[in-house]
Amino acid sequence: MDQFWNTLQADWPLIIDKTLEHLYLSAVSVLIACLVAIPAGVLLTRFKRLANGVITVVSVIQTIPSLALFGFMIPLVGIGAKPAIIALTLYALLPIVQNTFVGISEVNPALTEAGVGMGMTRWQVLRMVQLPIARSVIMAGVRLVTVQTISMATIATYIAAGGLGDIITRGITMINTITIFEGAVPVSLLVILVNLLLLALNRALTPKGLRGQRKING
Amino acid sequence: MGEAAVEFRGVSKRYGTGYVFEELALTIPRARIVCIIGPSGCGKTTLLKLINRLIEPEAGEILVEGRPIGRQNPVELRRNIGYVIQQIGLFPHMTIEDNITVVPRLKGESRKRLDHRVDELLSLIGLAPDQFRKRYPHELSGGQQQRIGVARALAANPSIILMDEPFSALDPISRVQLQKELIKLNEQVKKTIVFVTHDIDEALKIADRIVLLKDGKLVQDDAPEDLLKRPANAFVREFLGTERFAANFEI
Repeated sequence: MDQFWNTLQADWPLIIDKTLEHLYLSAVSVLIACLVAIPAGVLLTRFKRLANGVITVVSVIQTIPSLALFGFMIPLVGIGAKPAIIALTLYALLPIVQNTFVGISEVNPALTEAGVGMGMTRWQVLRMVQLPIARSVIMAGVRLVTVQTISMATIATYIAAGGLGDIITRGITMINTITIFEGAVPVSLLVILVNLLLLALNRALTPKGLRGQRKING
Repeated sequence: MGEAAVEFRGVSKRYGTGYVFEELALTIPRARIVCIIGPSGCGKTTLLKLINRLIEPEAGEILVEGRPIGRQNPVELRRNIGYVIQQIGLFPHMTIEDNITVVPRLKGESRKRLDHRVDELLSLIGLAPDQFRKRYPHELSGGQQQRIGVARALAANPSIILMDEPFSALDPISRVQLQKELIKLNEQVKKTIVFVTHDIDEALKIADRIVLLKDGKLVQDDAPEDLLKRPANAFVREFLGTERFAANFEI
């Protein structure tokens, strides 16, 4: 037990450092993924014939083993944070594209037609009707992706991107369980905290009229 | 000119190979409740959607307030025509207040200045403003929701309101109630109401004029009493219900 506390005390600044690095890698990836995938999902609802094709292509990315995808980045963009962020972003695309597409497609057509019939432009229908109603479905995709990205960012250590994976691999090399814990526990805590945060955010953003009342929209 | 709120001139519309309308001519008078009625598939909803350009005709011209709509911006046109649809046309994520003020807000009016308008409209449809403005559609009964739908159509003060089977999903008691209210309401607001229904009793009750369609053809366009007194042909007689004529003759 003493040994545990001593190691923890000594490694404390490092753990904080690596946690921040980890958070940075994950947050930037998820953010970029959202910026790409949400508009893409919206666009696919306008061109439904493309949807199946695009979603298939994006799901193929998910079949590449994560370790290998990080490896493929090296000849393309080298090592460090940049290739890691690109790989993590690619992985994050599918759930967000899919949920955006499904969420918006599921909005009752009678409601969008009511909007158009009252004189909304397509953009206004999207902003005032479709996105607010689809938001919790889209947010569910973002939440899934966030959890996935935080766990996967652990592997980014293999291409020298830093993060809590650094501590875990060091622990593995030294066959030191305490060190492995020092890397693994913060990852789990990050996942839980961020997940709760996003849940709360979604709840706060969801208008009262939609809470537990999906019936009315469809 | 002058008299007609909406005028169809030689309007044709087809889906696939068959015509819905062929060379349809129809005049809808101002400040009246006009019911468009006919068996399902007769094109009554299509006719309604032609007026606010949700559907475009292949040929012919439609005039709203004497102006051909083909040359107007559809978005602008729709903001100046009220629209009430069957069942749930209300936006579930917006409060009653926000639902009612959608069109004025689209037209650029600020929400604050619409407070008074919301009160006025809610009172007009018989719902207490303080009690209802902040509520959400799912907290209201079907009849109340449909009243809000009517209030929303009135919000921007259009002279024409299109209604597509607005009361068809309601229970019989609320339906009759809303029909009565609509008649009374229009005595006050004097709008041109184009009302699509498949229910002949509803049409006879509320309409100043009934337009009867069959397979996209105009069969008869008359006041309800004239329709009963002088049905144009056997189809009209049958559609109105033959027993109704028997009863009339007895009187």
